[in-house]
This record gives sequence, structure tokens and C-alpha cells, in this order.
Amino acid sequence: MATQEKTRLTRDLMAARIAAEFQDGWIVNLGVGMPTLCSDFLPADRFIVLHSENGLIGYGRNATVEEATPYVVNAGTFPVLLQPFASIVHHADAFAVIRSGRLDVGVLGAYEVGANGDLANWKTSREKKGGGIGGAMDIAACAQRIYVLMEHTTRDGKPRLLERCNLPITAAGVVKLVMTDLGLFEPNGEGFTARELAPGFTLEEVQALTGAPLRPAPDMREVQIR
Amino acid sequence: MPPPNKTYPDFASAVADIPDGATIMIGGFGAGTPHNLIKALYEQGAKDLTLILNAAGTGRDPGPGPAHVTPSTLIEARRVRKAIMAFTASTHPSRTTPVEELQEAGEMEAELVPQGTLAERIRAGGAGIPAFYTPTAVGTELAEGKEHRVFNGRTYLLYEALTADYAFVRAWHADEFGNLVFRRAERNFNPLMAMAARCTIVETEEILPIGALDPDHIHTPGIYVSRIVQIPPDGIFHITRGPAGGAAQQGR
Repeated sequence: MATQEKTRLTRDLMAARIAAEFQDGWIVNLGVGMPTLCSDFLPADRFIVLHSENGLIGYGRNATVEEATPYVVNAGTFPVLLQPFASIVHHADAFAVIRSGRLDVGVLGAYEVGANGDLANWKTSREKKGGGIGGAMDIAACAQRIYVLMEHTTRDGKPRLLERCNLPITAAGVVKLVMTDLGLFEPNGEGFTARELAPGFTLEEVQALTGAPLRPAPDMREVQIR
Repeated sequence: MPPPNKTYPDFASAVADIPDGATIMIGGFGAGTPHNLIKALYEQGAKDLTLILNAAGTGRDPGPGPAHVTPSTLIEARRVRKAIMAFTASTHPSRTTPVEELQEAGEMEAELVPQGTLAERIRAGGAGIPAFYTPTAVGTELAEGKEHRVFNGRTYLLYEALTADYAFVRAWHADEFGNLVFRRAERNFNPLMAMAARCTIVETEEILPIGALDPDHIHTPGIYVSRIVQIPPDGIFHITRGPAGGAAQQGR
């Protein structure tokens, strides 16, 4: 594939790649923003239960204009479809699912991820009083594992994968996997292990855009959906 | 003696007695927002309010119609002294909200609470439980000054319950006694708030005679409900984001 054009991964590709990590029987929560795109890319050969903070247990893909109803929306309040096995609970019971550790994974957007697995995704500066927490702190603190879906760098080109987060954290040491537009990475304490890289990018090029040491996984390869 | 009929003729009469300084819970998570009651409160004029809700909406670009009155409209009008919410900032870092601006300017107080903790504080308030421990937010800025306690080797934070003078609730169907049924994702905070307020005011798509709802299928018993208003044909039924914009917003 040496001739392949070198572009960063699209959001759909990033969502599809992380969704391919979902295992059969998992209960999965998709955060607001890019993570909710994953509902369009669930592995067809696995049974996945999508859970939403607003009480949907067992929703599916995003609805088309014709299919949309104002009654069925995901965490980002966008219309989705219910699966035939769906059930609905109120907000406190939706978080009972989360707090009791029943989520196999929470997929969240982030501003920064630390090499120690720290997640920062609720506040864009230390000085600001306000923030947007939503359900992220509950999910980050209580899910079995957290996957992050985010762009590799800020709009100014600064790295988001860092040795330690600069921004106030959402939860400590919870991130297991980070999918960016440059590849798939695992926090390893001192830096990140690169499992997959976007087509055409070298480890050195991605390292230059990363704020912590990158180590190649023994079987590091190009990003593959499955 | 038959049960009381809690039906009010319109939204203005249902919110008329809300005094300055009242604490009001407002249901909704996009879907299930009591837009008509919020609009009636805006027109009624009460101020120095404390609001308890998930998020206030942006309040920007209100447009020409009353359909665009949100809790943020009340906030921009300086009618809110304090808000307790899961989002004081927008989920998108490029936008700012009226809450953020007024909080930075010292003109209002805002308490930011993780959404699950917010829901449970309201549930506890309605269930007669004064406080509870949660593992959420341990190790974060929000944990500073909070009581920490270790149970079975894990650290938890103490949060106190929330109650309110009024709750604004949006139901799909109600009967005249105030038994409520919610539809799909419109349930969210609504049944919790209905139980946590001293006076729960409901807007609903349809008021049915007593006996029309199956007792096994009622989500909120009428004993928690004080007033019910049926949304008139020219009222606000839904304010939604379209799927096309949805895909763009979600990142496509």
C-alpha cells in the first residue's frame, strides 16, 4: 500500500475502528459528539447493547429523516432507532447501570489523555469556572474500561496525547485505548503504545505530533477495521 | 368521593403563584422538556430563582417565536440567582453559554454536578434520603472540600439530596388525577423531579379520564402531581434537532 494517499482518518473511519473493538454481549455507552457515530458501525456478528444516559437500553443506528421521532434520541439528543429488545428507564436508573459497573465500555470524546490513563474532557482551561460534565464523570469513574475517540492534535496543532494532562481531569487512570485520526494507541504509563497508524504515516511523523514517547506494538500495522 | 381533578385551563394559571426566590426543577434532556411551562414562567416574571436542571440550552439566537424560550432565556434576563446543572458550559468548546458569562461576571451562582450524581440527588430528595456516597468525581477538582469515605477499599464522595418548591414536568399522557405516562426518552429526569418537589406541575399531550390508564403501566403516581395542563394545538410539542444536522453535529 506504499502508493496510498496520506490523509488523516475520517470521523466515520475512527468510529468504525473503535466499534470493531466491542465484544459480543457488551453493554456500551457512547458519549456526546464523535462517539455516537459508533452506533452506525456496530459489528454485525456480535450482540451489542447500546446504553444512553437518558435511559435508552438497546438503541441502534442514527435515524434517517423519515425514521426520526422526537421521542427517541441519544445522549447528544439526536434521533436514533430502538432495537427490538430495547427497554427504557429514568435518568437515575440509567446511571444505576453505570455506577454499578455494568458498562463494559464507555466511549468518550476528550481534550487530553495522559500516559497514565488520565482523562480530561470537561473543562477547556483551569481558570474557567464552568464546564460541561454531563455523564462523563460517572461513566469514566465506573465503566469497566474507557475508550477515547478524539483528534490527535488541537486546532492549533498541539498534541492531545501527553505524559500528564494539563487540564483538570475527569477521572484518573481509566483510559485503556485511544483512537485518533492518526491511529490506535494504548497508554502505557510512560507514553503510548502505537497499535495501528493511519495509512502512509510513519511512527516518527506521529511521534512529532504526540506529547509523550511512542512505542510501536510488536505487531504494529496500518489501521484496519477488521 | 371521587379523586380531585387537577386539570388547569392554561399554563399561565398553573404557574401564577410561583413567587420570587422559588426553587424550580425543570425536566428534560432535549426530549421531554416542559417548554410551555418554561415560557409561561418567563411571561409570569418571577425572579431570584434557583433552577435545578440538566442543562439550560444556549439561549442564543432566540428567533421570533415563543417556541425558542429556554431556561437560558430566563438566565439571560437575570431572573436566575443560582443554577444546579450537569452542563454550565456548552458540550462544544467553541461556544459559550449565558450561565458561563454571568458566573464569570459574578452575577449568578452555578453549581456543576456530574449528571448521574445530579439524577441521584433528585431521586434521593424524592425518596426521603438526605445524602448518599458515590465514586464519581473522586480525584477531580469537584472532590475538593467534599467528605470522602472508604467502603470496601474504594473511595466515595458524600453528596446531599435535592428538593424543590416546584417541578416542571413533561409527560406524554396524564389522567385527571395526575397519574403520568412518559414516552421513550422523554422520561429522563421527569419522574424523579415529580417526586422531589412540593408542587409538581405537568404539561402533557393528552389528559385522559381517570381509569383510562392501566395502573401497571403508570410511571409516576398521581399523588406526586399537583397541576396538569394539556398542551393546546398551538402550544409547543417538540423542539428537535433534525437528523441531517445531527450527523453534522455528531461529526460528519
